[in-house]
Amino acid sequence: MKAWKAAPLLGALAIAGAAWSQGKSAADGIAEYRKMLEDGNPAELFEAKGEKLWKTQRGPKNATLEQCDLGKGPGVVKGAWVELPRYFADTKRVQDLESRLLTCMETLQGLNAADIAKAPFGRGEQANMDALAAYISAASNGMKMNLPQAHRDEKVMYELGKRAFYFRGGPMDFSCASCHEGSGKRVRLQDLPDLTKNPGDGIGFAAWPAYRVSSGELWTMQRRLNDCYRQQRFPYPGYASDVTIALGVYMGVNAKGAESIAPSIKR
Amino acid sequence: MADPMKIRAQMAGDKATVRVLMAHEMETGQRKDSAGNTIPAWYIQTVSAKHNDKPVMSAQWGPAVSKNPFLQFSLKGAKAGDKVAITWTDNKGDTRTDEAVVS
Repeated sequence: MKAWKAAPLLGALAIAGAAWSQGKSAADGIAEYRKMLEDGNPAELFEAKGEKLWKTQRGPKNATLEQCDLGKGPGVVKGAWVELPRYFADTKRVQDLESRLLTCMETLQGLNAADIAKAPFGRGEQANMDALAAYISAASNGMKMNLPQAHRDEKVMYELGKRAFYFRGGPMDFSCASCHEGSGKRVRLQDLPDLTKNPGDGIGFAAWPAYRVSSGELWTMQRRLNDCYRQQRFPYPGYASDVTIALGVYMGVNAKGAESIAPSIKR
Repeated sequence: MADPMKIRAQMAGDKATVRVLMAHEMETGQRKDSAGNTIPAWYIQTVSAKHNDKPVMSAQWGPAVSKNPFLQFSLKGAKAGDKVAITWTDNKGDTRTDEAVVS
């Protein structure tokens, strides 16, 4: 759970108003807008829902997810998010949070992982995934990104992610790197993080999952990547597919040491 | 049954700052779904606050209020340990009350 700031909202508004008159950049304005919203981040509603889901007996096997191993042992939630994606010996795969949750939902609860992966974002079991991701990432809020790179497969996934990041294609001949390599780039007024290195605390990989005010939805990293591919006019990647996990490894390892502010709030 | 609210009430000087997050769709009734049908209006109409069972605030809301709304107000004469209860009622008649203790 995030500590609520003591500063009254009206005070923050007054300060922002004064700052505008002194000629602030648009980016500073957006940063202050986010700061003001932090006090009432609706991601907390998703966290509460996710925590309940984690402890609720569901599925054909009528089991909770409390025995789910997110990499730090069965049932350990705190600190798991900042070390994902990582290699799991039981599935012999590198998995991110969402693909690992799918594994747990299938093995522990008896739900059909393939059906959940195919379902549209934000509905049915996918809405439950969003809530679970909010809960699990919130348990690592304020911790530093620290993805393991000891296993061979984790290194392979990093290299694969790097190649996917620089892979150009589609009708606009875009790659992830077109927008996310180098500093000072932006789309309209949004500053774009440089994802080839640590972009700083709570920026880029360390800011997701996040609540999007404009759509009133909670977006996981899987959904964020899906939308990046849409903007590049690429075909949509499969949910929890290897390419999305590899990109997660690439961004996560690059962001080593960045403080996670997930679940954060976006415009 | 609606999802629970998140209420924080903290003393700041001689007043308590109350912050409330409500889980609600707040559908305006102006939008259409992918099939072109109007999505029916569904929003919170009244919000009220009680301080130890004494009404201290009431508000009338409409469709202009955002999804998952956030409400903040300060409460005079509150002490640590007091109870603050928030109730909302929407246009479908659904209602929800949650309580928090001032810290």
